Amino acid sequence: MTHNYLLEIGLEEIPAHVVTPSIKQLVQKVTAFLNENHLEYDKIDHFSTPRRLAIRINGLSDQQPDVEEDAKGPARKIAQDADGNWTKAAIGFTRGQGVTVEDITFKNIKGTDYVYVHKLIRGKKTKAILPEIKDVIKSINFPTMMKWANFDFKYVRPIRWMVSILDDEVLPFKILDVEAGKATRGHRFLGHDVEIKNADEYEQKLREQFVIVDAKERKQLISNQIKAIAETNNWKVTPNLDLLEEVNNLVEWPTAFNGSFDQKYLSIPDEVLITSMRDHQRFFFVRDQKENLLPNFISVRNGNDEYIENVVRGNEKVLTARLEDAAFFYNEDQKHDIGYYVDRLKRVSFHDKIGTMYEKMQRVSSIAKVLGTELKLDSKTMDHVARAASIYKFDLVTGMVGEFSELQGVMGEKYAQLMGEDPAVAQAIREHYMPSSAEGNLPESTVGAVLALADKFDNIFSFFAAGMIPSGSNDPYALRRHAYGIVRILNSRNWNVDLNSLDLDVEQQLIVDNTAFGVDVTKNFDKMLQFFNDRIKQFLEHQEISYDIIETVLSSTQHDVTRLIESADILAKAKLNEDFKNEVEALTRVQRISTKNDVSDQNLDVNPSLFENETENQLFDQIVSIEKDTSDSITKLFNSLVALAPSITDYFYATMVMDKDETIRKNRLNMMTRLSNLIFKVGDLTKILVK
Amino acid sequence: MSKKLSVQEIILTLQKYWADQGCMLMEAYDTEKGAGTMSPYTFLRAIGPEPWNAAYVEPSRRPADGRYGENPNRLYQHHQFQVVMKPSPENIQELYLGSLEALGIDPLEHDIRFVEDNWENPSMGCAGVGWEVWLDGMEVTQFTYFQQVGGLEVHPVTSEVTYGLERLSSYIQDVESVFDLEWGNGVSYGDIFKEPEYEHSKYSFEESNQEMLEQMFNDFEGEATRLIGEGLVHPAYDYILKCSHTFNLLDARGTVSVTERAGFLSRIRNMARKVAKAFVEEREKLGYPLLKNSEEGAE
Repeated sequence: MTHNYLLEIGLEEIPAHVVTPSIKQLVQKVTAFLNENHLEYDKIDHFSTPRRLAIRINGLSDQQPDVEEDAKGPARKIAQDADGNWTKAAIGFTRGQGVTVEDITFKNIKGTDYVYVHKLIRGKKTKAILPEIKDVIKSINFPTMMKWANFDFKYVRPIRWMVSILDDEVLPFKILDVEAGKATRGHRFLGHDVEIKNADEYEQKLREQFVIVDAKERKQLISNQIKAIAETNNWKVTPNLDLLEEVNNLVEWPTAFNGSFDQKYLSIPDEVLITSMRDHQRFFFVRDQKENLLPNFISVRNGNDEYIENVVRGNEKVLTARLEDAAFFYNEDQKHDIGYYVDRLKRVSFHDKIGTMYEKMQRVSSIAKVLGTELKLDSKTMDHVARAASIYKFDLVTGMVGEFSELQGVMGEKYAQLMGEDPAVAQAIREHYMPSSAEGNLPESTVGAVLALADKFDNIFSFFAAGMIPSGSNDPYALRRHAYGIVRILNSRNWNVDLNSLDLDVEQQLIVDNTAFGVDVTKNFDKMLQFFNDRIKQFLEHQEISYDIIETVLSSTQHDVTRLIESADILAKAKLNEDFKNEVEALTRVQRISTKNDVSDQNLDVNPSLFENETENQLFDQIVSIEKDTSDSITKLFNSLVALAPSITDYFYATMVMDKDETIRKNRLNMMTRLSNLIFKVGDLTKILVK
Repeated sequence: MSKKLSVQEIILTLQKYWADQGCMLMEAYDTEKGAGTMSPYTFLRAIGPEPWNAAYVEPSRRPADGRYGENPNRLYQHHQFQVVMKPSPENIQELYLGSLEALGIDPLEHDIRFVEDNWENPSMGCAGVGWEVWLDGMEVTQFTYFQQVGGLEVHPVTSEVTYGLERLSSYIQDVESVFDLEWGNGVSYGDIFKEPEYEHSKYSFEESNQEMLEQMFNDFEGEATRLIGEGLVHPAYDYILKCSHTFNLLDARGTVSVTERAGFLSRIRNMARKVAKAFVEEREKLGYPLLKNSEEGAE
């Protein structure tokens, strides 16, 4: 005979974003609890609303299975004295096992007899074990915990009731002052308290009390209601799963409704209207069939449709007040010019230990100049970059962004256009925040990409210089995301920036520009190169490049993100060729002999008159020709190196590098090192795994 | 439909309601402050083991929010109706919803929701967990379980319910602008407060004497620190409130630099922490009189 067990935790309103992760956690922990206790079951149903987290374990076995086991005790010579009497050790052992000396048998293990007893452990009744689920309830982690009343126990919100029934029988336990029983609470306003008489009637009983406990069903219902309203009015609603999820966790009995606002507010930028509706009020905004934003919205009430006109009117009033504020800021903000706002940035802090936003913009201007020069941008683009870098944070001190902080950048672009800036400059102001998440969209414009790079480099330079270096999970300024953004932008644009020389170039530029706040960007720079390597690794892992290739390219002598990624791609492709093994073996032989005989800092001249055989001449000519190629193409370099494989093999066949004569030996090692240096531009090929 | 409640009727209704729930009706505290939480009837009484149940109206001054009486919803000074109950009752949410019904707001005719909003006042070393309460989409109440006050972990926990009286009244009276509210007996909110709003905004943004304010802040801080040393907790607390308001005036003027700002806030925080500790010590010396009262009452 199997059973169904229902557990409901009744809480004061749980934060909407916490509901779903918490019920997942509860299911996981209950699953682990059942497994640990060897309780068999068919499946676990889960239910969640703003006020309750519940699970039902279906098809639970009546008890744990019985277990038979043999327990090993002391050796015979310890268990019995010379006369064959049982010793204290033997008696103690059997007592501990819940048997008597009568039950002892012996088993011979590697020549020694040991005491054994055979035991049958009866499984406990499920009913007796389940109340321990109380500890599972207490073990859930929440992002914010609180205590209440006189208790020290912390939870997401106060626990107000609990239901714990196995079929129709209460399995009691107590947490703080709350006794688990049969009684649950219905919808706050439409419903009443009600007793669940049987675990199976949970959904139905609560439905009668205006609570839809199945989160999935509730969500579908909301989705259908919104669709119906949109269809009736011929509106388009952009699907928004995050908002739907949030709204779903704010209601127990959803009823969608629609409202409107005055046409005149449509003169405010769409982004502002959408933020007001979607982010502040949790409304769904709507468009007409031509994608124009309409002065209407759809929202969801936690209740039925009675007196819904009050709810509509109230929500319309709140939205109107917000839009009135927005309209006010929109007009006020346009009364000043950009210079006015830029000047105010002198009083806005970027970070206490680093300086103001104004100083940041100055540093970013210098960094952008260095990048622009390195990337050989044309003068018009450079002018746009320079202008954008000198103003790009100005919207932070506008009234609109003060009120709607999530519109930073977006309002910057709008206002910059209205205030007569070039569209390229305006666009860059918006795009400099991109990518805003690990895999978020990248800037589309060149000016935007340069500004995004300069801004992110400055974040990393300045926080590293101030000693605030991310460690472990501690990365409060999202520097890892910024660095990853840099890697993605450089790679997508195929831009070459040498990270190793960037700090010196920037430092010099800061001196030339006489920038008010020059961070000592060389400070902690070694840590920064490693920091970038980790991000490149992350990027390559995301591209499913194998581990050995990642290690290989990260050990190269280059610090150019784009080239490193290119090297990895080439190696990944080359690894598929049949000849790859031979080629790599030839090249790694060179790298090994050079690394082993470190000649790095010395004069690397090679004197051909000291050559003793033709293979030396042949290989040297080829090395010189590769060295002369200044095209900087990694693909070309790699192909040339690979093509050397036969010459290298011939060379080693005919030549003993470690000659007894020191002059000859040195001459040969120099040649090997020059070739090795070329190979190291791709990476340390000895790290590659070849079959 | 019955006549709409005036602001003073709303206050009277809330006072009657919460008095019936066991709250003492206190008067507004007579030192300028930014929120009802900063009244000693909340800040100090939330600290320590003694029970405390009180309700009061608190005029709250926020110089930076002044709009010369021109914005329909933003004010230099607004009014909060503050309810604090310690330890937090098991049915505090239901009690709160009962107060809305007492005001004629039938939950079945509206949409009432508790939306997560955790509260923090770093300059006073305070933090709490709770919600903003939405009435048909409008935030009318802040609902908080204090976790920390004056840098001290609280035990037991105080529940705080703060009604924005202007917001709530605007909703009940269905007006677009707070200045159109009827305060009582036919006199409008604007009749009473529009001119002060203009003058205080003008003062805060344009006319305040910065040097004098800075000097006052220093003097008040010195006095507060000295008084804490003397064990005079309540006078010390008054001077901390004065520091806080003086800083708010300086801040509204827009002349406090970023670094200075952090400096001012940390000076206030240090004093708040010290006074909180001093208050607990003082109550302990007195033998926690309110704790005894409640035990005797229970016997």
